[in-house]
Amino acid sequence: MTQSTGKKRLLDTKMVPAPSQGIIPERDLLSTPVLEARHLGIEFGGLKAVEDFNLIIGKTEIAGLIGPNGAGKTTVFNLLTKVYQPTMGTILVNGKDTAGMNTVQANKLGIARTFQNIRLFSNMTVEENVRIGLHNQVKYGMFTGIFRLPGYWKGEKRQHEKAMELLSLFDMQDMASSRAGSLPYGAQRRLEIVRALATNPSLLLLDEPAAGMNPHETEELMHNIIKIRDRFQIAIMLIEHDMNLVMGICEGICVLNYGRIIAKGTADEIQANPVVIEAYLGKKKEG
Amino acid sequence: MKKLKKSAINSLISYGIVILAFIVCQLTINAGTMSRSLKGQMIPICVYIVMAVSLNLVVGISGELSLGHAGFMSVGAFSGAIFSAWLLEAFHIESTVIRLILSMLAGGLFAGIAGVLIGIPVLRLRGDYLAIVTLAFGEIIRNVMNCLYFSLDEGRLHVSFNNPVLPGKLIVNGPTGATVVQKLSTFPMGFALILFTLFVVLNLTNSRSGRAIMATRDNRIAAEAMGINVTKYKMMAFVTAAALAGMAGALYGLNSSTVDPAKFKFDTSILVLVFVVLGGIGNIWGSIIAAALLTVLPELLRAFSNYRMLVYAIVLILVMLATNNPMIRSLSDRLFHRKKPAARAQKGGASE
Ligand SMILES: Nc1ncnc2c1ncn2[C@@H]1O[C@H](COP(=O)(O)OP(=O)(O)O)[C@@H](O)[C@H]1O
Ligand SMILES: [Mg+2]
Repeated sequence: MTQSTGKKRLLDTKMVPAPSQGIIPERDLLSTPVLEARHLGIEFGGLKAVEDFNLIIGKTEIAGLIGPNGAGKTTVFNLLTKVYQPTMGTILVNGKDTAGMNTVQANKLGIARTFQNIRLFSNMTVEENVRIGLHNQVKYGMFTGIFRLPGYWKGEKRQHEKAMELLSLFDMQDMASSRAGSLPYGAQRRLEIVRALATNPSLLLLDEPAAGMNPHETEELMHNIIKIRDRFQIAIMLIEHDMNLVMGICEGICVLNYGRIIAKGTADEIQANPVVIEAYLGKKKEG
Repeated sequence: MKKLKKSAINSLISYGIVILAFIVCQLTINAGTMSRSLKGQMIPICVYIVMAVSLNLVVGISGELSLGHAGFMSVGAFSGAIFSAWLLEAFHIESTVIRLILSMLAGGLFAGIAGVLIGIPVLRLRGDYLAIVTLAFGEIIRNVMNCLYFSLDEGRLHVSFNNPVLPGKLIVNGPTGATVVQKLSTFPMGFALILFTLFVVLNLTNSRSGRAIMATRDNRIAAEAMGINVTKYKMMAFVTAAALAGMAGALYGLNSSTVDPAKFKFDTSILVLVFVVLGGIGNIWGSIIAAALLTVLPELLRAFSNYRMLVYAIVLILVMLATNNPMIRSLSDRLFHRKKPAARAQKGGASE
């Protein structure tokens, strides 16, 4: 499958694909990939945290990024969202080069994310958190807001409706006016997903979305991730240590160790790969 | 929708209390029961309330430290004084109310421009550079005003630097400041400026832009990841606050016959910051009370003569205890906003 993928990609983009690029689901072969990272790398004072990272993600793919702690997974997300500027390589989002862009521009281009250490606006309400996600979706200006012009009432109403609609994806409408910081851990993680989704992304990056969730919540999360993909027709890339979740829903999986990709493939291929077993699954107890 | 109504009701209550306080003061003035010295304090109280509330927009709502708020007040005071004289000379506008309003707008405009000039280079940076630069700004403005001369010659404005020889009538005279100011400020106008300030600050915080400002304060990295332009929203808060301080400055400047540049020293900036901190960072209501109380206090304490500073210090501590008392806090939070200053603690930091 990997072979034919490469050939088809060559045909419709005229780009030279980097070696072993990724697993694109067949339904996405004819659309521009949502993400293409080529030879991506970053150094922190001599330490190569990520090196020669190549990956293609299809338009509606659910992709997994796994690896032992400290492998550089979060750093990859920080590179893709331009929290760090890569010292090497290129990132294309929906075919556009993101060189020189900052985090805000990357988000406007279609990348949204959640954080491994939850970063909610914890003193604001749940709804306000989602409304901040809607910042660039439902707009009105400062003067409209101060002088309460008609645009203010329209915008506020629209933001409220959209926020409630998004919250209902996770059955969180009833919590809308609670303080975000007062939510249980699992709900905070879900709220981060809703908030990211509110920015209307084409690629949603989830950094350990199931961390701290109980098995029941994780099960629900798996269904919800698929639901989000189907409903919004977007790509989702997730970092996760829960192998049931990763193997259960990811169509393509990428394994990182010491900043380098050591394997790429489907769940079955990854589980059978001896290099992966040694680097990651063998050390599972540590993680 | 329910939430919208609640914040609207909270704002209405706040306006109501301010209006009530104004009516009470105006009645005591009319009845002649207010002492002369206290009466003289009414406009400064209005000025310092506006200063404190506007500084709270920067310190509390956007989470940046500004140490030069008096600098914007100074810009406003001088541009207001010059503008009012010019309006009279060049356009023969006799109505004091119209001249006062236009002069306050001019003060706000020029202070706002100063805010933009400072904000553009500084607010791009991460870290507490704003504190350093605003501190310097306050001092620079004071020194510049010491060397500036303005004169009016048949409706034409002349400016010079370090050279008092100008055609026509000198209206700003270097270290002596603006000398022939006509006293235009009135207590009702001061009260109107407080209402306007509250209107701007409260409506701004309860809007899309205000939420973006608070998001950048609470978690800069998350805000950027949500596509919020941090510099833009920090600028918005800073420039709005500068413009309001400029309007307060104009009101202050037009309250006496001279405007002395030495009035807007570092001490004044710190005094306003003290109001904000004592009233509770991010707590608009607290700023109003602290500013009003601590402005009249030195006058009221004349009776204590030698113990004046001691009593002042004790009242400072009491105000601090009261405004930071959890019960009073939660009450005032409910009255005003739920925004708590604790949010500042989690500001910024490297990403994980
Ligand atoms: N800002 C930084 N400065 C220096 N080193 C960093 C920085 N960010 C990440 N690293 C290093 O990069 C490596 C990968 O970290 P990370 O991406 O967080 O791993 P994980 O795969 O567990 O998410 C670690 O060794 C970490 O110390
Ligand atoms: Mg990580």
